[in-house]
Amino acid sequence: MITVSSLTRRYGGFTAVDDASFTARPGRVTGFLGPNGAGKSTTMRMMVGLTTPTSGEVRIDGRRFADLPNPGLEVGVLLDASAQHAGRTGREILTVAASTMGLPRGRVDAMLDLVSLTPAEAERRVRHYSLGMRQRLGIAAALLGDPSVLILDEPANGLDPAGIRWMRDLLTDFAGRGGTVLLSSHLLHEIEIVADDLVVIGRGRIVASGTQQELLARAGTVVRAAAPDDLAAALERAGVTATPADDGSLRTDADPARVGLIAQAAGLALTELRTADSAGLEEMFLSLTADTQREDVVAGAAPDPSGRSGRSGRSNRSGAGVAA
Amino acid sequence: MTGLPLTRLVRVELRKMFDTRSGFWLLTGIGVLAVVATVAAILFAPEESVTYATFTAAIGLPMSVILPVIAILAVTSEWSQRSGLTTFTLVPHRGRVIGAKALATLVVGAGSTLIALAVGAVGNLAGSALAGVDLVWDVSLRDAPQLMLGNLMGMAIGFTLGVVLRSSAAALVGYFVVSFVLSGVFELLALVQESFRDAQPWLDWNTAQIALFDGATTTAEAWARFASTTGLWIVLPLLAGLLTLRRAEVK
Repeated sequence: MITVSSLTRRYGGFTAVDDASFTARPGRVTGFLGPNGAGKSTTMRMMVGLTTPTSGEVRIDGRRFADLPNPGLEVGVLLDASAQHAGRTGREILTVAASTMGLPRGRVDAMLDLVSLTPAEAERRVRHYSLGMRQRLGIAAALLGDPSVLILDEPANGLDPAGIRWMRDLLTDFAGRGGTVLLSSHLLHEIEIVADDLVVIGRGRIVASGTQQELLARAGTVVRAAAPDDLAAALERAGVTATPADDGSLRTDADPARVGLIAQAAGLALTELRTADSAGLEEMFLSLTADTQREDVVAGAAPDPSGRSGRSGRSNRSGAGVAA
Repeated sequence: MTGLPLTRLVRVELRKMFDTRSGFWLLTGIGVLAVVATVAAILFAPEESVTYATFTAAIGLPMSVILPVIAILAVTSEWSQRSGLTTFTLVPHRGRVIGAKALATLVVGAGSTLIALAVGAVGNLAGSALAGVDLVWDVSLRDAPQLMLGNLMGMAIGFTLGVVLRSSAAALVGYFVVSFVLSGVFELLALVQESFRDAQPWLDWNTAQIALFDGATTTAEAWARFASTTGLWIVLPLLAGLLTLRRAEVK
């Protein structure tokens, strides 16, 4: 269990992480999402003491990281697979880590085997490793101490499709055995498949957190009726804001059950009623982080360029604020 | 809070000094140069110079240059090679890590000096026998500890530069500036500025270092000068460097 409380880090006038609070629970994979430079890595670095928070704190199973007697046995960390001495062999890097933790040498061979680095590859110096091999080595180092918590920053980077599948199975299995996994990635598809819970960060602030189902449900409702104008009027009378889309359907932030009841009360026949989750995580991500993106992609990427996504982005964010 | 045993950390840091390609070649370099220097002394030293002091000096000189580099890299590689991300995550107490590195540096410095004295002894025995001259043991029990202290101080200045600059390239340049350029500057200043002449031995780290290697740090004043330059070039910057290092981000 990772508990982040009011974590803040300022660099001069720039606030990299702004009052962030969230938890990563045991038995679940928590995906940590955000645009480039949103504060993901800074947050993760503060978790393990590499960066000192300006205020706030992180606790791992109730303890501060610096108070863990032998952190490697409790928290597996992979922040940057390239941050290894290029002149050491892969095996030597694991051996040094194992010696620091006080583990037997057999553990090194077991981990090399687990991440499918061959004995020949393990004897090569890391400067000759591909990014994928470095990621595998980094995963091996993180798992070396058989920890119950994993903190991984972009672990799928540089892995081939088979490697990504392997990583996914590994993390799912780890969480299935009761472990806590916090995983940052910009590969939304990967996160969508592997993550149970999501934490979304934009410009240093947590803009949403919750289970993946909860967050995706917030994408709103798409409803279509034989008489769209009557439906719009009925919804408005019930205090539900709805926006007509180009295809004749209405979109609203209210959940489908409520929309259905309103239609029934008004005696209107619906031809379609569903959650607007078809675009899934990507749309949610873009709308949640709309005003924190570097590129102005939201207008183009959203299905309706009339500005709906901007509004739903704001309402989503306020909804997320309650949950966070 | 109990934390990891310091002996384990020192053992790990010792291993890390020599398990990289650069570390391996620095260590090999010391060994090769010791043998080359001994053989050269046997071949080229005039008969009256075939003494223990000649051999220890021949071996000790290359060693005194390489040892500070080992001390520098022991600290700076954590930043320049970014291995500190792992090191300081496995041991989230930077003071302990740096302390373990300092102890490991001490072990290497002391061990290397003992090896230099031992190889020098073998060289002296062989050289004297080959040259057909009497054995001369002219490194006294008073000189040997100074030789060791000289090596340790050389490593200490490398270590200090590493802690302060936290970059291999900058610290290596800094080391050559401090040990070669700066002493020249001080000499020059002493020549042109009479008032500086008296102050120079109290400020010039290199002069104190040469006195140690010559076994000339014998008087109370010499020791006071040694204390002055050590305080100025090692103790003060090391303290300042440690204070910033403890809170500095490891990128």
